[in-house]
Amino acid sequence: MSKIVRTITNLFTPFIFMFGLYVIVHGHITPGGGFQGGAVFASGVALLIVAFNSATVQRYLKEHHLSTIESSGALMFIGLAFAGIAITFFCNVLVGSSIFGQIPPEGSNPGFIWTAGVIPLMNIAVGLKVIAGLSAIVLVMALSSSNVRIEE
Amino acid sequence: MRKTATIISLGIVIILFVACAMLIHPFGQPPADMDDYIIDNAQTETGANNVVTSVVFDYRGYDTLGEATILFTAVTAVMMLFRATKEETIQ
Repeated sequence: MSKIVRTITNLFTPFIFMFGLYVIVHGHITPGGGFQGGAVFASGVALLIVAFNSATVQRYLKEHHLSTIESSGALMFIGLAFAGIAITFFCNVLVGSSIFGQIPPEGSNPGFIWTAGVIPLMNIAVGLKVIAGLSAIVLVMALSSSNVRIEE
Repeated sequence: MRKTATIISLGIVIILFVACAMLIHPFGQPPADMDDYIIDNAQTETGANNVVTSVVFDYRGYDTLGEATILFTAVTAVMMLFRATKEETIQ
């Protein structure tokens, strides 16, 4: 792409990544969550691939690293679901404890980070999974359309 | 012969659709209790301000597990597809 597109991409990509991470981490307070924030983050990766070469992006993002991140996100999600197996599957065990355990005042409130029990951790797990999964899809398709060899 | 069968089966489907549209419940009837319960109690039970997230990750966790599985399957399928074509070109 031209120099203008590359410069604007250099300027905007950190903000896109930061907004995606913000949507993931604040999923229990503001609209959004793991899926939506991960899609925003992956759209930043897609912008990088469009502006620069897919081979250039591949030097920093390897597919097998992305696969590892995605699998670990899935394992983290299932592990958090199994954490409440003493009561039921997907029981919110952390409500009332010291980490993420506060209950906000009922009704409208400004929003507190350390609330909602296991939900923010699940948001982070699903966010990692969606970031890695969608980035891997975009990257692999871009690499195979240009003639770069895909390694294991 | 095949044409008449197609027309008859299409007619049956259209009649079924129209019948369903006529016989559907009026809006909001019968009243459901589950959504009222979630709107009233989600904030005090889970502590999340965002009730949608508390439904997605707490009350309906199985649904999110299925969505994550769908995403995993899609990534696996894309990787498999594009790697297979690549190996054929290399050999």
